[in-house]
Amino acid sequence: MSWVGRRLPRYEDPVLLRGDGRYVADLARGARAMRFVRSPVASGRILSVKAPPGAIVITAADLAAVKPICPRLLRPDFVPIAQPVLARDRVRHVGEAIAAVIADSAAAAEDIAEQVEIEIAPETPVVSLDQALAPGAPLVHGDAANNTVIDTGLDAGDVDTAFASAHRVVEFTFTSRRQSAMPLEARAALAVFDTSSGRITLSVSAQSPHLIRTGIADALAMPENELRVIAPDVGGGFGQKVPLIPEHIVAVWAARRYRCAVAWIEDRLENLTAAFHARDQRIALRGAFAADGKLLALDADIQCNIGAYSNSPVTCAVEPLMAMSELPGPYAVGAYRVRSRGITTNTCPMAPYRGVSRPVITSAMERLMDTAASRLGLDPLAVRRRNLISSFPYASVTGIVHDAGSYREAMDTAAETLDIAAFRKRQQSARAEGRYLGLGFSVFAERTGYGTPTFSLRKMEVTVGFERVEVAMDPSGFVEARIGASPHGQGLKTTLAQLLADEIGVAPDRIRIVSGDTDRTPYGFGTFASRSAVVAGGACKLAGIQLRDRLKEVAAQELEAAASDIDIADGRALVRGTDLAVPVPELARAAYHQSHRFPTIVDTGLSAVATYDPAGTFSNACHAAIVEIDTATGKVSLERFVIVEDAGILINPTIVEGQIHGGVAQGIANALYEQIVYDDSGNILTGSLADYLVPTLSEIPDLEIHHLETVTDASITGVKGVGEGGAIGAPGAVLNAVVDALSPFGVEVFEMPITPQRILQLLRESRSRTT
Amino acid sequence: MKPAAFRYFAPRTVEEALDLLAEHGDDGKILAGGQSLVPAMNFRLARPASLIDINRIAALDYLREEAGALRIGALARHARFERPVASGALGPFLPRVAHQIAHLPIRVRGTFAGSLAHADPASEWCVVAATLDAELVAESRRGTRNLRPDEYFTGALTTALEPDELLTEIRLPLLGDQWRSGFAEFSRRAGDYALAMCAAFLRIEQGRIVEARIGLGGAADRPARIAAAERLLIGSDGGDDAKRAAGDAAAQAIEPLVDVQADAEYRRDLVRAMVNRAVAQACG
Repeated sequence: MSWVGRRLPRYEDPVLLRGDGRYVADLARGARAMRFVRSPVASGRILSVKAPPGAIVITAADLAAVKPICPRLLRPDFVPIAQPVLARDRVRHVGEAIAAVIADSAAAAEDIAEQVEIEIAPETPVVSLDQALAPGAPLVHGDAANNTVIDTGLDAGDVDTAFASAHRVVEFTFTSRRQSAMPLEARAALAVFDTSSGRITLSVSAQSPHLIRTGIADALAMPENELRVIAPDVGGGFGQKVPLIPEHIVAVWAARRYRCAVAWIEDRLENLTAAFHARDQRIALRGAFAADGKLLALDADIQCNIGAYSNSPVTCAVEPLMAMSELPGPYAVGAYRVRSRGITTNTCPMAPYRGVSRPVITSAMERLMDTAASRLGLDPLAVRRRNLISSFPYASVTGIVHDAGSYREAMDTAAETLDIAAFRKRQQSARAEGRYLGLGFSVFAERTGYGTPTFSLRKMEVTVGFERVEVAMDPSGFVEARIGASPHGQGLKTTLAQLLADEIGVAPDRIRIVSGDTDRTPYGFGTFASRSAVVAGGACKLAGIQLRDRLKEVAAQELEAAASDIDIADGRALVRGTDLAVPVPELARAAYHQSHRFPTIVDTGLSAVATYDPAGTFSNACHAAIVEIDTATGKVSLERFVIVEDAGILINPTIVEGQIHGGVAQGIANALYEQIVYDDSGNILTGSLADYLVPTLSEIPDLEIHHLETVTDASITGVKGVGEGGAIGAPGAVLNAVVDALSPFGVEVFEMPITPQRILQLLRESRSRTT
Repeated sequence: MKPAAFRYFAPRTVEEALDLLAEHGDDGKILAGGQSLVPAMNFRLARPASLIDINRIAALDYLREEAGALRIGALARHARFERPVASGALGPFLPRVAHQIAHLPIRVRGTFAGSLAHADPASEWCVVAATLDAELVAESRRGTRNLRPDEYFTGALTTALEPDELLTEIRLPLLGDQWRSGFAEFSRRAGDYALAMCAAFLRIEQGRIVEARIGLGGAADRPARIAAAERLLIGSDGGDDAKRAAGDAAAQAIEPLVDVQADAEYRRDLVRAMVNRAVAQACG
C-alpha cells in the first residue's frame, strides 16, 4: 500500500507539542542582545545620532563599507531602489532602523536604545497611493519619478472592440487595505562568531536560508563559505520571512566586529511596524459582458503601494507583476488590457504574503462576477459557469498555460453541498424576522510549484525556482534527505518522507529530512509560493528512484537475480514472483562494507542527487461562505464555510487540510478583520494585537473541505501546490456573502476588510439614497 | 517589550502595603492581576519606579455579602464571578458580565478592584460599579474614604484615588429579586475591549417599568449612568418604542470616544444597539 495519500500524524508535532522546539530565541540564551533604534517619523533628514557614553551603538557611519540592499529586475520599466542597512542621510518610514544597540540583556539594550538621541528634520511624507501620485508629491526616492518604481502592462486581444460590442460594462474600483502576515513567531537572528574557524553561524527565523546567506555575503563582501545560515524551528513566515533584511546583515556584521554572539529577537510592535506588510492595493476594474454573461474583455488599472523600499530577491514588483499576470484567474477571457504600477511611499515595505496579490485580484474578479450577474439579472454561478475555463490544457490570451483542473466541478460541488435552493428559502424567512443571511462564492485557479521557466519571465536578477535534493542511505538502512526547501510549519518533513518512502521502499519513519542549514543542504530557494511539495517533492521522487535503482543493483547481486526482477517495498527487496527476499538494512550494510562487490555503484554509493525545475501546475478551488449580518452593529458572523479544492494527488490529506485551515483563517482575516492603519503623518495606529485584529477561533467557523483530484503531468508527482490557496479564495467568498446578505438594501462592497463600521456607513448611504 | 527597571515589593499585610504606598506612592504602582499594568510596562507606556505586589495579602482575597452589599476584596479575580456569588438580581447578572471579560487566562489573574483602579473606559466592572452606584473603599495611612462612582471616575484611565491610596474593597448594593437585569456589549472579536456596552436594571410592576438603572461603558471616556435614558424608560412598558427612545437618548448623552475601530457616529450606533439589547434582555 502506498504511503502517499495516508493521513500520517506529522513527525514534526511531538517535539513542538512537548515544548521542545528550538526557535532562535531558544538558541540565543547567553548571547548579547541587539536592539534597533527605529525612526519615529515617516520622512525626514537625519541631522545627528548621538549614543550615550560607553554604550555599543552601531550607526550607518560604522557600516560605510556595507552595501545597501538593492534587488533588481532586469527590465527597463523597473526603477531599483536602494535600502541602506541602517538609515544614513534620511529616513523613509516609521520603524526604519537607524542604529543598533548591543548590550548584555534585552532590557539593558532597550534602556540604552531609549537614550540614543536622534535628531531628524521631518519632511512631509506620502503615505497613501493618492498622496504619492499627486502632482508635485514629494519623492520618496529621487530616482523614482512620480514615486513609481514599476509601470508596466499587457494588451492582449481586441479590448476596444469587445467593450464597444458589450451588452453591459461593469466597472468599479476595488480596494484592499494593508495587512501583515503576522507570523506567530516574529523575526529573529542569532549570529555566533566561532573563534576557531572565524566563521559565523547565523540562526535565523527565515524561509530562505541560502538566499539569505548569499545576500549577507554580498552585502559584507565576504565569501559565502565563511557563513553558515540555519533556519531552526520557525514559527510561521507566510512570505514575510523570505527576504534578506537589514537586521540579518547588522547581526552578522556585529558578531564579526565584536567576535561574539549577538541575538536580535523582534518584538510584536517592531513586527507590526517594521516587518513587511502586504496587499495595499487598488484595482480599477472594467469588464465587458455579453447579455448571456460571457466576459468579453477585461481592462484593469492596478496600483500597489509598495512602501519605502524593495525586498530581496523578489523585489517590490512582486505584487504588481503577480496581479497583472494572474488577474483573469480561472476565467477564459479573449481580450485583456492592464496597466500595473508599483508606487513607493513613506510606509513599511511590502513583501510577498501568502497568495501575493491573488487574494486581492481573486476578490476583485469574484466581485465582478457577482456584480455582473446582478446587473444582467443572471444567476451568479451561471455567469461563472459561462466563463470558467473548461477544456484543458488552456492557453490564456496572455500565454499562460493552465494544466487540467476542475474549475466547474469544484463550483458545482460546492453549490450542491450548500443546497442553494434550501438556503434561499431560509434566507427569505430570516429576512422576515429582520435577520440578514448571505451566501457567497469564490472560484480561483492558482499557479503553484513553478520553477525557473516561470520565474525567469519576471526577469529578477536572482531567478529562483529549482530545488535540489540529496538522498543517502546509511549502513543501518536509514535514509537522510537533504533539501534546499526550508519548511517552517507546513509539515513538509512528513510529506516528503511519505513521498520518498514509496520510491525507496522503506517506511517513512526511517527517512529523516534535513532542511534549513546551508552547511548541510544543497543550495535551494526555500519554502514559499506553494512550491515545496511540488518542486522539492519532484526532486525527492527523482532522487528516490535513483536510490531505489542502486539498492536494486545491490539486491540483484545478493539474490542472484536480474535487477529488473526485483521490487523493493516494505523495507525489503524481493524477487518478483518468489519468496526470495533480503531486508534493506542488509543491502545497505553490504553496499558500504562489501563495496568491492558492487562496482556499478561504487561511484555514488547509496546516494543520489536530483534537481526538479518545473514550469508549474494550477491547483484550483471554490470557496463558499454563509454569513449573517447584524444590521444594528454591522457585525458579520460566519455561519458556514465550504471549500472544494483540487490539489491533484494529496500526499497527506490531513496536512493539506491544515494548510487550507490556516489560509482560510487568514483570508477571513483579510475580508473582515485585519488592517494596518496609518495616520496622515505615517504613524501606525494599529501597533498591537489589541488594534490589529487577528481573528481567533471564536471568529472562524468550522471549515468543511471536499477534495477533488485532477492528476496532470505538469508535475511529476501529480501533486499541485496548496499552501496559499486558502488565503486566496476565502476573502472573495466572504465579501460576496456580505453583499448577498445586504442585497435588500442595495449595498455593494468593493473593499476589504469590510468592517462593521463601514457596513453601517454603507447602510446609511443606501438609506439616504432611497429617501 | 521589556519593562524599564523598577523596585519590587511584596507586602504581606494591608498595613505594610499602605506604608509602602505612603513611601513610594507618587512613582509607585499596585500590582494585583497585572493584566493591564504589565503590558503597559512592557510597552514602557507605564514606568513605575516601584511595584507593590499585593498578591500575598490573603486578607484582601474575599467576596461576601454584608449589610445589603456584595463586598469584593481587592484580590477577588474576575473568574470568581463566572458562577453566581450574590443573592437577588446580581446572582444571574454578574456571571453574564464576567464571561464577557477578555479571555480565561486573563480572568483567572485579573481582579475586579484592579479593573476599577485602572479605570479603562471599556472595563465591564467599571460599568457595573457605575450602574449600581457602588461604594469604593480607598485606604491609606491617612485613613479610609468611601467614594461613589460619579466622583471616583474622573476620565479615561484616571480616578480620584490618591497616590497613597489602595482600593481595598468595592461594595455592590444588592438588588432584590423584583429587579431584572440585562447586559450587552459589542466588540470586534470575542474577548476584545468593548466598543460599547450597556448594563440595565429594571424594576417592573404590572407591566410598567417603575425604576431603571442604565449604565454605559466603552463609548465615552468614563462609565456612567444615563439619566435621560432611565427617565424615558420609567413608566413605559419597555417595548420597541421605549427601547429605541432610550437608545437614542443614551447615544445623544455621551461624548463618544473615537479610535481606529469606531468613529463618533458608529459609537453612537453601537450605543443605541446595546441599550436596546440590554433593556430587551431585562424585559424578556
